[in-house]
Amino acid sequence: MTSVGRAIPHESAPGHASGEARYTDDLLDRFANALHAWPVLSPHAHATVVSINAGVAASMPGVVKILTSQDVPGQNEVGAVHHDEPLFPTEIQFHNQPVAWVLAETLDAAREAAAAVVVEYEQLPAIITMEQAIAAGSFLTEPLTIIAGAPQQALTTAPQTLSGELHIGGQEHFYLETQAAIAAWDEAGEVVVHSSTQHPTETQIIVARVLGIPRNRVTCQSLRMGGAFGGKEVQANPYAAIAAVGAHATGRPVRVRLDRQLDMALTGKRHPFLARFDVGHDDDGRILAMDLQLYSDGGWSHDLSKAIMFRALFHCDNCYRIPNLRVVGRVLRTHKTSQTAFRGFGGPQGMVAIEDIVDRVARAVGRPPHEVRALNFYREGDHTHYGQLVRDAGRIEQIWNSLTQTSDFANRWAATEAFNAASTHEKRGLAITPVRFGISFTTSFLNQAGALVLVYADGSIQVNHGGTEMGQGLHTKMLQIAADALGVPLEVVRLMPTRTDKVPNTSATAASSGSDLNGAAVEHACAQIRERLAEVAGRELGIPPDDLEFAGGRVRPFWQRDDPTAGLSFAELVGRAYLQRVALFATGYYRTPHIHYNEATGRGKPFHYFTYGAAVTEVQVDGFTGQFEIRRVDILHDVGDSISPLVDMGQIEGGFMQGLGWLTSEQLVWSDDGRLATRGASTYKLPTLGECPEAFNVELLPMATEPSVVKGSKAVGEPPLMLAISVREALRAAVAGFGQQGAIELACPSTPEAVYWAIEAARERAAERAAAE
Amino acid sequence: MAELIVNGRALQIDESRLDPHTTVLDFLRERGLVGTKEGCAEGECGACAVALVREDHAQRTAYIPVNSCLTLLGSVLGGELISVEGVRPSPDALHPVQTAMVERGGSQCGYCTPGFVVSMFSEYYRRDRPAWDPEAIAGNLCRCTGYRPIRDAMRDLGAPASDDRFLARLAQPTPILAGLTQLRTHAGQTPGQRQLLRPASLDELLDQLAEHPQAKLIAGGTDVVVEINQRHARWPTLISLEAVAELRSFTIDGETARIGAALSLSALEHHLDHAIPLLAELFPLFSSRLIRNRATLGGNLANASPIGDSPPVLLALDASLELRSRAGQRVVPLAAFFTGYRQTVLEPGELITHVHVPVRRPTHAHFYKVSKRVLDDISTVAAAFALELDEASGEITRARLAYGGVAATPARALDAERALIGRTWTRETVASVAALVTAAFTPMSDHRGSADYRVAMCARLLEKFFHETTDNRRIGPQPPPVVAHHGAQP
Repeated sequence: MTSVGRAIPHESAPGHASGEARYTDDLLDRFANALHAWPVLSPHAHATVVSINAGVAASMPGVVKILTSQDVPGQNEVGAVHHDEPLFPTEIQFHNQPVAWVLAETLDAAREAAAAVVVEYEQLPAIITMEQAIAAGSFLTEPLTIIAGAPQQALTTAPQTLSGELHIGGQEHFYLETQAAIAAWDEAGEVVVHSSTQHPTETQIIVARVLGIPRNRVTCQSLRMGGAFGGKEVQANPYAAIAAVGAHATGRPVRVRLDRQLDMALTGKRHPFLARFDVGHDDDGRILAMDLQLYSDGGWSHDLSKAIMFRALFHCDNCYRIPNLRVVGRVLRTHKTSQTAFRGFGGPQGMVAIEDIVDRVARAVGRPPHEVRALNFYREGDHTHYGQLVRDAGRIEQIWNSLTQTSDFANRWAATEAFNAASTHEKRGLAITPVRFGISFTTSFLNQAGALVLVYADGSIQVNHGGTEMGQGLHTKMLQIAADALGVPLEVVRLMPTRTDKVPNTSATAASSGSDLNGAAVEHACAQIRERLAEVAGRELGIPPDDLEFAGGRVRPFWQRDDPTAGLSFAELVGRAYLQRVALFATGYYRTPHIHYNEATGRGKPFHYFTYGAAVTEVQVDGFTGQFEIRRVDILHDVGDSISPLVDMGQIEGGFMQGLGWLTSEQLVWSDDGRLATRGASTYKLPTLGECPEAFNVELLPMATEPSVVKGSKAVGEPPLMLAISVREALRAAVAGFGQQGAIELACPSTPEAVYWAIEAARERAAERAAAE
Repeated sequence: MAELIVNGRALQIDESRLDPHTTVLDFLRERGLVGTKEGCAEGECGACAVALVREDHAQRTAYIPVNSCLTLLGSVLGGELISVEGVRPSPDALHPVQTAMVERGGSQCGYCTPGFVVSMFSEYYRRDRPAWDPEAIAGNLCRCTGYRPIRDAMRDLGAPASDDRFLARLAQPTPILAGLTQLRTHAGQTPGQRQLLRPASLDELLDQLAEHPQAKLIAGGTDVVVEINQRHARWPTLISLEAVAELRSFTIDGETARIGAALSLSALEHHLDHAIPLLAELFPLFSSRLIRNRATLGGNLANASPIGDSPPVLLALDASLELRSRAGQRVVPLAAFFTGYRQTVLEPGELITHVHVPVRRPTHAHFYKVSKRVLDDISTVAAAFALELDEASGEITRARLAYGGVAATPARALDAERALIGRTWTRETVASVAALVTAAFTPMSDHRGSADYRVAMCARLLEKFFHETTDNRRIGPQPPPVVAHHGAQP
């Protein structure tokens, strides 16, 4: 029996459930004498640091060291892409930015001493809101532009036009495990950093940079993460750097762990966006032209904001053919946390904008939104606005038609209308929205991966690869691929913690690409070992190597596949191969072929392929308060041939619920002076069990082999998040049930308050109309 | 030396070496029991859940899941608990709860999983469990799975086998919490002594309070320990009410329920058993099961937050408070208890010992809570309404319109209440008092909602109340029905 395709539990699930699975900060008791770190926080969003007086704090009991820029032996710089993030700043760029760090024997002592460090500031004017940044011309990038057709001309000739503006909120990652790192010098005089990072190589690079030593003297290990979602793609680095600088300054292990309040105050979030649009369409609702202006709130530094904006530009069409399109995106610089990668990476914001627009078009022409959505779908042979062929475009309609059937959409549409006609204070909304998401890092060179597979002479196997495990089930899939590639049961394969001394120069585990890239590299490594073993087995059994089958822990002629004693056991074969001096380990490597993009021309093929899906959501809204419930959700999603169906179902459901949170209850609020007011679980509201719909039907698209990817599978990490746009559209439909004709303006996130004001507007318009009649 | 039984083993603890502000979570992790996780340090995420082995409301041994991040070690020393490490029956077997989580795909990153497992473990052994209480895991946050597989894992579970050793433990008594003094010399920025006192009787408590009138009282700790964790608040003297049996009493007669101020809300829920319908409506909306297993009415009232959930209901019910100090005893109507933002009539050295709630049966009464999330959230606006109508004339004879979140204290809309007397309960009546309700309050804008929304809700909730009382049907998302917690043997 093969492992790939079986619905097996997460490889660490017994460890999760028993509490035995360790995370970075759980390793603390392995480091005798470890020091604890706590930051000195700036009370201003924008200020110059005039002086730091640590005299009293340094003499407090238990305090070992107050770290400042003086203690950095290398560069005082931790920016990942741009070098614009000093580890110890002289100019404060966001509220609570750490000025210095206290190292002490206990966390309590560090915390108390941090409060006693006296810092003198000269306050500077701060830019907090996106409107302030636009007015001040405060940008992190130039305008990034993609143009297809002749949008300006098409807008003037379109039979109907509409314009609008939409604010899209950000999102806190709220990985359950906050940022954590432990750094220590090892017996060979090099630094070992345990970090909860999605990108151990970059953490290694940054640590080497701040210490001023070559990368071969830094080893970074990411054991497993308690969630990441993009929030540990680059933003784990500063805390690993503090731990490393602290270990350098004191000679002792240093542990950094942010508590939830610090984590929320200091780390970046999903970018808030502002979209302004002019759209031209015909009387049926066909979109003829769109001019879309996107602004994102990048916060204080570049981080990955430019690439994130590009992905928004690439996804502002979602599943729709818009022949004349101009999209211009620009990242704003504000005095807030540096916003960063978050599941979807700009794609979700682009898609929320276009789905908002399509609904407006539908209401402008007086047709049901689902009809206007289908009318505008890409067809086979169509190209995107950046010139890439929409391969498998037919799947959009295939999924759509199948899901409308299985969700009983037509009958429920009628039932919803009947309910709304009979109910004054409660209204229902039903919506279906599609998803098309491009897979690959849009920075083409990142699309490479390596693996190291070690077979020991007893037949047991270790698999190393460059990807990190954050709960998404990557290691589970890698085990399945390796077990099948060598024809052994899962139990004899061990997946090793991700370390930079096993596979060098890796890319972040991000962009949903983890299993595509690393899976191909693991398979490549295994294939080399298998080829060598087949030669040995061929000689031993006296048959051509090509006639051998590796399966179920045995190697035998393919015509004896049902004979449990035929051939050799894998362990026997490995033992003989060792005696015959055959190398039992191999490195594997993979690079995604044929991808490229030209920023200057706005043309290229940035994606290896697209994944598709759709969701139907039904909601019921309370007209008195704006509170609502989700009555039912149906999803059909394309993951190619699933390597691990239990894992993939988990990604789809979990992604949907995370998107639901982003679009409804998860509201980030900053005060006028730049302080994050929602900096804890009691003020920032993730979905709970109560938000999980009782009727939640998820299916994988059958017979969906993706020929260009390992095992015919497709990426699954990010795309399902955008299925939750159906919730927002269902809420807009329910609001329309209160009597609105024309565009439904609904703030995003759609908290009960936002829904209430949208209902009030709908009721007012309906009353005006009634009065006029 | 003190003792704490963790996972069946007695741990010896030199309590004088521990700061009295140490939480159970920090203690467990320091002792190498790192399966228990800190996710939020404010009792919202449940990743730190442990099961206290405690007597339930009926003095039977029970597993009571609580947030260890909000439980001070000094409150449980001498007692017994089970952490996630103790759930696994043996190194080569998982507990049925753990197996269900594994097989259903209930864990992804795994960081929240130990907390879910402890919550589900406690529910698995709940006595008289008619069905799985969805609330059992409503105080646990998961950021990865979307909950569906966890919900399925819980619903899949059967009942414990008769030879289950955790079941056998429930047949044995629990350790009795005695008095305790935990004293430590602090050497930080403000050197001096920090102590936690745990009196064993009300008498002893009143003495200690007289001696330390500025002491911070800890009942369930679900608010005070948030301050300890997040604002790093430290007090020279903490007094834990954990061992004062008098403060956990409950009596009810035809007229009044007398509720011990330190009785947990879960136990209160059980004792009341819907005897006061308005309180029964409140419970499922009051935080989460993990919190209600510790939180108390006394704590919720004494901390005097304008957004506490119990005050509107208790105001609508005309509750009064029994206050005690060495100087004597007095009874204060709740309506006169709050004097300003987080201020009350409590004198130094005085505490709430009991809450008196009249067992009224208003003709119409409902509790409303508007928040970003239905379960386990803090109110943007809360309201409790109670009306008594003359049976013959249909005229309103008594009206209580109590609100939270719209003023510096929980408060009643007194002008509107007066205007309702003598009127019949009609749409016109509601419309005529709407302006009075709205005018009664000048709420603020904050991260939970705008002032405009809060003002709008004051009147809209009254309209909703009218609609529901006349239509006899609730509107909007409802919490799951309350399922009585920790009861008799399965």
